[in-house]
Amino acid sequence: MDTLVAELLIPFGYDYMRKAMWVSALVGGTCAFLSAYLMLKGWSLMGDALGHAIVPGVAVAAIAGAPFAAGAFAAGLLASLAMHVVRQKSRLREDAVIGLVFTTLFALGLLIASLRPTAVSIQTIVLGNILAIADEDVVQVAVIAAVSLAVMAVVWKDMMVTFFDEAHARSIGIRVGALKVVFFTLLSACTVAALQAVGACLVIAMVVTPGATAYLLADRFGRLVAIAVALGTTTSAVGAYLSYFLDGATGGVIVTLQTVLFGLAFVFAPKHGVLAARRRRAATLEATP
Amino acid sequence: MNAPVPADRLAAAASTAAASTAAASTAAASTAGVPPAAAAPRGDGILVDRLSVTYPNGMTAVRDASFALDPGTICALVGVNGSGKSTVFKAIMGFVRPSAGTVRLTGLPVPQALKRNIVAYVPQSEEVDWNFPVLVEDVVMMGRYGHMNLLRVASRDDRRKVDAALERVGMTAFRRRQIGELSGGQKKRVFLARALAQEGRIILLDEPFTGVDVTTEAAIVALLRDLRDAGHVMLVSTHNLGSVPDFCDQVVLLDRTVLAAGPTAAVFTRANLERTFGGVLRNFSLGGAALHADADADRRSLTVLTDDERPLVLYGDDAGRDADGPDAADAAGRDDERRR
Repeated sequence: MDTLVAELLIPFGYDYMRKAMWVSALVGGTCAFLSAYLMLKGWSLMGDALGHAIVPGVAVAAIAGAPFAAGAFAAGLLASLAMHVVRQKSRLREDAVIGLVFTTLFALGLLIASLRPTAVSIQTIVLGNILAIADEDVVQVAVIAAVSLAVMAVVWKDMMVTFFDEAHARSIGIRVGALKVVFFTLLSACTVAALQAVGACLVIAMVVTPGATAYLLADRFGRLVAIAVALGTTTSAVGAYLSYFLDGATGGVIVTLQTVLFGLAFVFAPKHGVLAARRRRAATLEATP
Repeated sequence: MNAPVPADRLAAAASTAAASTAAASTAAASTAGVPPAAAAPRGDGILVDRLSVTYPNGMTAVRDASFALDPGTICALVGVNGSGKSTVFKAIMGFVRPSAGTVRLTGLPVPQALKRNIVAYVPQSEEVDWNFPVLVEDVVMMGRYGHMNLLRVASRDDRRKVDAALERVGMTAFRRRQIGELSGGQKKRVFLARALAQEGRIILLDEPFTGVDVTTEAAIVALLRDLRDAGHVMLVSTHNLGSVPDFCDQVVLLDRTVLAAGPTAAVFTRANLERTFGGVLRNFSLGGAALHADADADRRSLTVLTDDERPLVLYGDDAGRDADGPDAADAAGRDDERRR
């Protein structure tokens, strides 16, 4: 028994594991907060687009020795601008524009990285590498997460009204345009943070899955946010912890955990799950023979 | 599907409210000597002055539109789809900037009016995401946000006003429901309750009768009358022509500009409506031998005008040419209600 406990506590004995766990938890929680809004608005693909579109920025930053966040942010801005221009000047639908812009930028990022393989590791960008995260990156991630959580703690209700009923939000004097800019700025910043933890390909899971799972479990927005953040935080911390034993990519473990929880909610959620719906149907059939 | 609990209570409330407003208005008219509608409105509620709105794509949705509404008015905004109704709403709520002209709300420019929580908006059902995870009481509480501090923490006063608003629309029993679980009429009432909780002097209602059962319609009308008596201004965009003479004091007819605006009896006429709707309006006219045995002696005719909802029925000597007094149309409306 003691040996088992000792065995389970091993990851906590390593500095890099402790760091990986708390950084993952912080990133997971923050992304989950934003996911509650993103998935309600049907903007989930924007998360994916941003995750891929910032890759060239990260690659250039790595080559130039600049901070990841600066490069990523510039690329994110470029992506938003490109999407805006293409949408305004063409009759293409939004999903086509998003698909076009983000794959182009992702390709550009891979190209840049492959041209200078010594300076940038494609694998790190695409899959993330939280276990080997540098101290200055930890500071970066911590600052992004702290600022995002602080801002959201203040504006979360205004943001909810804006997402639910923009006309009403305006009518009570909320500055809707500014609030949306704030949201997408935070989203871009958190995407950068998540990139370090789980990699560009899995960023979308971090900003969609916890919110989607919570949506099945809650009928009130405040509760939805609380559940999403709890799920995001625990799955990320536990995922990082498990990756020590599984010896697998941390990002893969975290996202798999999140998906497992989503699957459970999908089937067993007390009100919105598949089984509950079946029970209700059966009950109505019985009631009206 | 019908409103389960408060149907009879609401109906009762509707009839008493209607009776009291009728009494109040006759009293006012007899003491003042002139009916209130006789004085031209000064626009102390809503003033739209030579408003033009051109969208970035170059389309001018509204040109040179003017109308004025005083506190204590229910005004119908009538016109075909694309006549600029929603643009007028957007201009009043500050979503679009006028390319010419001005909008003033209780004498204030739009941005200031919005900051002071003067405008409440009751959206069309299609505009609302009914799957959004909010309960009925959460939506009504949103009406109080403009009165709260930066963090939007509800005070006891806010809670009390939410309770009162829910009670007033008969939705207290449903306050813990997610909004998607309600019927069409109940959904409408939730957003009315939000407008009540917001306590705006100006209430904009976008198609309040679409998808609503007759009981709820009567309840909404009774509520609007109460609010009118309390001095609110309501601008109601509607396709429901038949109900307009029932409860609207003023009418604005819109076709990319204001074709006519003023008291319902003067403006809501057959000639004006035909001008507003062109060929879009369905129109049946019965008269002469088809309607009366002594066709030569009896010049009265029956006219039915309908857009796509409740029809406007006109009957009498002038029905073929002009609208009857609001009373006749009102009676016709009641008949119509009974048929349904």
